[in-house]
Amino acid sequence: MKQSEDTKFLITNIFRKIAETILLLIILSLLVFALMYIAPGDPAEKRLTSQGTAITKEVLEAERARLGLMRPFLVRYGEWLFGIIRGDFGISFKDDMPVAPKLAAGLHKTLILSSASLILSLLVSYPLAIWSAFRKGRVSDHIVRVLSFIGNSMPNFLISVLLMYVLCIQLRLFPVIADGSPASLILPVLSLSIPMSGRFIRQMRSEFIDQLNEDYVTGMRMRGVKERYVAVNIIRNSLGHILTIVGLQVGTLMGGSVVIETIFRWPGLGKLVMDSINSRDYPVIMGFVIIMGTIYIVINQLTDVSYHVLDPRV
Amino acid sequence: MQIYIAAAFVFLLLAAVILAGKIAPNDPYRTNATLIRLAPCREYPFGTDNLGRCVFSRVLFGGRTTIAATFFLVAISFGIGTFIGILCGFYGGIFDRIFMRIADIFLSFPQMVVAIAVAGILGGGMAGAMVALGITMWVAFARLARSHTISIRNEPYIMTSILAGKGGVYIMFRHILPNILAPVLTNALTQIGTTMIGLSGLSFLGLGVIPPTAEWGSMISEGRAYIQIAPWTVLFPALATIVTITLFNYLGDAVMEYRNV
Repeated sequence: MKQSEDTKFLITNIFRKIAETILLLIILSLLVFALMYIAPGDPAEKRLTSQGTAITKEVLEAERARLGLMRPFLVRYGEWLFGIIRGDFGISFKDDMPVAPKLAAGLHKTLILSSASLILSLLVSYPLAIWSAFRKGRVSDHIVRVLSFIGNSMPNFLISVLLMYVLCIQLRLFPVIADGSPASLILPVLSLSIPMSGRFIRQMRSEFIDQLNEDYVTGMRMRGVKERYVAVNIIRNSLGHILTIVGLQVGTLMGGSVVIETIFRWPGLGKLVMDSINSRDYPVIMGFVIIMGTIYIVINQLTDVSYHVLDPRV
Repeated sequence: MQIYIAAAFVFLLLAAVILAGKIAPNDPYRTNATLIRLAPCREYPFGTDNLGRCVFSRVLFGGRTTIAATFFLVAISFGIGTFIGILCGFYGGIFDRIFMRIADIFLSFPQMVVAIAVAGILGGGMAGAMVALGITMWVAFARLARSHTISIRNEPYIMTSILAGKGGVYIMFRHILPNILAPVLTNALTQIGTTMIGLSGLSFLGLGVIPPTAEWGSMISEGRAYIQIAPWTVLFPALATIVTITLFNYLGDAVMEYRNV
């Protein structure tokens, strides 16, 4: 009886989350479209002047009519939104090609870079955070804390420039520009992982220390349970919080990947969006925000749900 | 103790940046075609950049840009966020529900992605970058101020004021604000480092200051092309950025720890 009530609660909760996610996505798309709407210059003008040519008023009017810019905001928004749902992100101002394939190719590259960085950061920071929490106050804990503090205080563009200087120019270990090969992935991944690991270690360490201060740990220790089993319990009980910590860092990772891809010329979404900002290619910029925003929203809603699954008390 | 050490260093740093005009040996904007990419020497302690400008002077003046913009942005978000937070916490009701929904929505978007798009589409240099980051920054302050306001809202001294017929504005400024100021200010302090990272990141991408304004992020970005032949154009602003952010983060941590004790 109890079991089925729990399941029912969970299912209603999941449906509520899905509704919430859809609402958030609609708001995101509205904001992105509105941003484009208030941007200086209209699409017709941008489109015609993106090659740097001067245009006459008649040509501009004709282009406006062709693009349907005289129609009301909501009609245009709806058309744009349904296009995106069908996978049509519009036509590039720069070369009149559909934007979607470019975005897809960039997304693929960005996912490789981001997931590699995320996995590396987790592999480094998770064990270190546990280790450091268990040795709170000892020398090894202090070393981990100082290192993670410094990592947390370094902007990722700075790390990448310093890594480039030391590893590529002084030691000549890596190519400076990413050519898509696995070796060229190393520096971008390191640049993203170092500050992220710093943040992970700090947040996870304090989460583990909170767990260690709980009564159940004191109880286990008083009963003479081995530290190894204490650790197992702590890991299980902290899983929900750790997932939330990771989910929130995904946003920082997305911003970071724009910077890092631009520096190393990694052909991902970030580099694509910076190139598009420079050439005022709005459909690409809008597509970028929609894709990144959707991924971020979905990941954080999922972590929210799994938080409830992992810890039924909440 | 930690706080005093950190505060002393921050004070030194601020003094150096504020007195940049007095300390700087050279004009940070004067170009000199005969002194391009000069290695550090007595007259140019940090060398010169690609246009023959003194890197040391530019680092000092650049600090002014970076730190002033950061302080300004944190102060504005602090003001707006705290104001909304107190209003929501004190009055509650429909107003509170609407604003907290809006706050939730802003928290659901990735900050830097939004900032890049806003700064990239609207342009506008450093002011644009600040608006782009500020859109999401006020939320944390609003939530913090709101939760602290709610926790003291039913205290006897507030109740007495209400019974004494004092107006809402009076109570909020006279009683609530002073009592919630400490935690919200601490939060402002810890936000400085993150904000600096965000702002210099946008400048590095070319979405912040407009050249030739000296700013650390854009200096690093400019010097990057010559890192092989003139590493000092990158290393010194990089060092300044790391030291500054570390110092502010350290001060923030020290104050947090002190308040938790």
